[in-house]
Amino acid sequence: MFLTMKENVVIIGGGIAGMEAARQLLLLGYNPIVVEQKEQLGGHVGKWHRLFPDMSSAQDLVRRMEEDISEANIFLETKVNSINRLREGYQVMLSNGVNIACRAILIASGFKLFDATRKEEYGYGVYDHVITNADLEAWFNGNADPRIPHAPESVGFVHCVGSRDLKAGNSQCSKVCCMTAVKQAIEIKERFPSARVWCFYMDLRLFGKKYEDFYIGAQQDYAVQFVRGRISEVSEALGGQIQVKAEDTLTGKPLRVRLDLLVLMSGMSCNPEMTRLARMARLDIDSDGFLKSLDNIRSINESNRPGIFFAGACTGTKTVPETLAEARAAALDIHRYLQKGL
Amino acid sequence: MIYEGKQKIWKDYQKEIPDDHWYYVRSCIRQNFFPASERKFTDITKDILGKDVYETPYHTTCGGIAYHCDAIPQETAMTIVARQFALMTETGYENYVPSCVTSFGNYIEILETWREFPELEARIREQLWKACRREFNKPKYIAHTSDLIYHWRNVIAEKAAHRLIDKETGEPLRMAEHIGCHYAKMFPSKSIGGAEYPYVLAGMIESWGGQVVDYPERRHCCGYGFRQYHMKANRGYCVSNTHKKFESMEPYGIQAILTNCPGCCYFMDRWQYVIAEQTGKTYGKDGFGIPVFTYEELAGLVLGYDPWDLGLQLHQVAVEPFLDRIGVEYDPKAKYLGLNKEDLLKPELPTNLKCF
Repeated sequence: MFLTMKENVVIIGGGIAGMEAARQLLLLGYNPIVVEQKEQLGGHVGKWHRLFPDMSSAQDLVRRMEEDISEANIFLETKVNSINRLREGYQVMLSNGVNIACRAILIASGFKLFDATRKEEYGYGVYDHVITNADLEAWFNGNADPRIPHAPESVGFVHCVGSRDLKAGNSQCSKVCCMTAVKQAIEIKERFPSARVWCFYMDLRLFGKKYEDFYIGAQQDYAVQFVRGRISEVSEALGGQIQVKAEDTLTGKPLRVRLDLLVLMSGMSCNPEMTRLARMARLDIDSDGFLKSLDNIRSINESNRPGIFFAGACTGTKTVPETLAEARAAALDIHRYLQKGL
Repeated sequence: MIYEGKQKIWKDYQKEIPDDHWYYVRSCIRQNFFPASERKFTDITKDILGKDVYETPYHTTCGGIAYHCDAIPQETAMTIVARQFALMTETGYENYVPSCVTSFGNYIEILETWREFPELEARIREQLWKACRREFNKPKYIAHTSDLIYHWRNVIAEKAAHRLIDKETGEPLRMAEHIGCHYAKMFPSKSIGGAEYPYVLAGMIESWGGQVVDYPERRHCCGYGFRQYHMKANRGYCVSNTHKKFESMEPYGIQAILTNCPGCCYFMDRWQYVIAEQTGKTYGKDGFGIPVFTYEELAGLVLGYDPWDLGLQLHQVAVEPFLDRIGVEYDPKAKYLGLNKEDLLKPELPTNLKCF
């Protein structure tokens, strides 16, 4: 297969980072080749329902991004088998037999949603009515889920599931879970106005545009109850209700509530695929398990290897706007790198 | 409840348990609480299963109760434990099996502490040598006695005289399991099944024909909690925790409880009398309580031992309805006859809790 009319840039990962970078590279006159393991583009965002702060449709965003890169070469359900260093650039061998020579590679392999079954005390995969944030988004998107009752009267959200958790091996904050919990709590209240909704948090990290407004609105307009305290134990009561024990550290009192649905805010953890790629391309891994940027101030998109660049959550937890901005920056870095070489 | 989800977790918490040659150490309190249990462990393992289980009369307390009551520092408990290991070393055994869950937790905690702080282990070795001129090897394996009964549960099931099945209805008995806090909550990886959904007792119940029933306060402390009980002023808190558990299990129709901790078995049994006297409430059928068994007692019943040889007359809660349910034959008149048919005298019966 020959892909040499324009200069090739291999993009590993077809989530929003890879797609946005591909769009920019097309505009800059390159031939981006997107390699995606899954059967469709869009990554985690493609499975989401609405995005804060504008509550815009995640699927519309992905659809528009897909349209923007219709000119790009896209390989779905394809893995990178090897990355070999050439005298000038790299040879990337794909699982579909395609062999690509390129001078620049962009890694946009994203993150892995924390496996909530690892927090055994919350009972995901054991209790009938415990789901994750991703499961709830899928349900918002119209996918049936028997774990979600028809008319829940009480719903709880647990923040920081697998984030800021040394025991789970993830010390990092996942950045988006606090705001996602606030958003999902509001969405639940919109669908079930009489439901009591609880958010159990250890800190609320609401740093982005309009995030604080959402938080205030959740309390004032939707009566979402925020409890500062970690859940110690989840168990199943008669009829499948979920019994939650927590400590309300602001009042200094233990708390026990029965819920019809418990939603775990699974955080972002490093993608094991990333580790495989790092080994292949001899890339450095940072202490948090994510790929290590050349530096974390000016060169987040650059790796320790010439011609290999990063974008998005492969280097750490990111919001959607941060990921898109980083993808555009990475495309420009690649452009500069390739121009310099000519 | 998604059973497969639990099975997935159980797969992550398995440990290697050698099949034979165990150095057995008794608990300092179990023989006062349920005196036949430890004896039956040796009877079952030696006589029925044909295993090599050795014990020495020189063994003492492990110091666990004093340590958890803040009465002695951990270094003192470590030196006591070092002496126990020295006794094991002198006999040539490498596999160590304590009968008490707190001892099990104590041994594991000490070994893990020594692993993290080898200089502390060196100091304890020195202290032991100065105190009694003994040296020790650390055990190659440590298991709790309930781990061993779990390990041999299917062999016991093959030899079973009775199964945990209601002989009238043919239905499996609805049983709750309760593990001691020091079995898995400190070091889940050293247990069978982990701390959240432990399998060590559930596996026995399933293997012997019963049905394990979960209830919301399953993980809650039995009430004993060391300082909760040993400080007299806290005993109200002790019984209130037990009360919370029984209130939680009440709607589930639980017919018996299986435990692996001396304190859990004792307090969940005895406090049912106190709760009945204080509130007039009982949790079993027809005014009876819910019987609470040790795993040796339950294994003994399954294997066909006489219930009075198992010491079941020393339970506060009457066990007869349970025995009738699974078809164990017994002589009601022999209930309070001790060794050599000596009359132990019938205890005074409670006001509210139905007993024989």
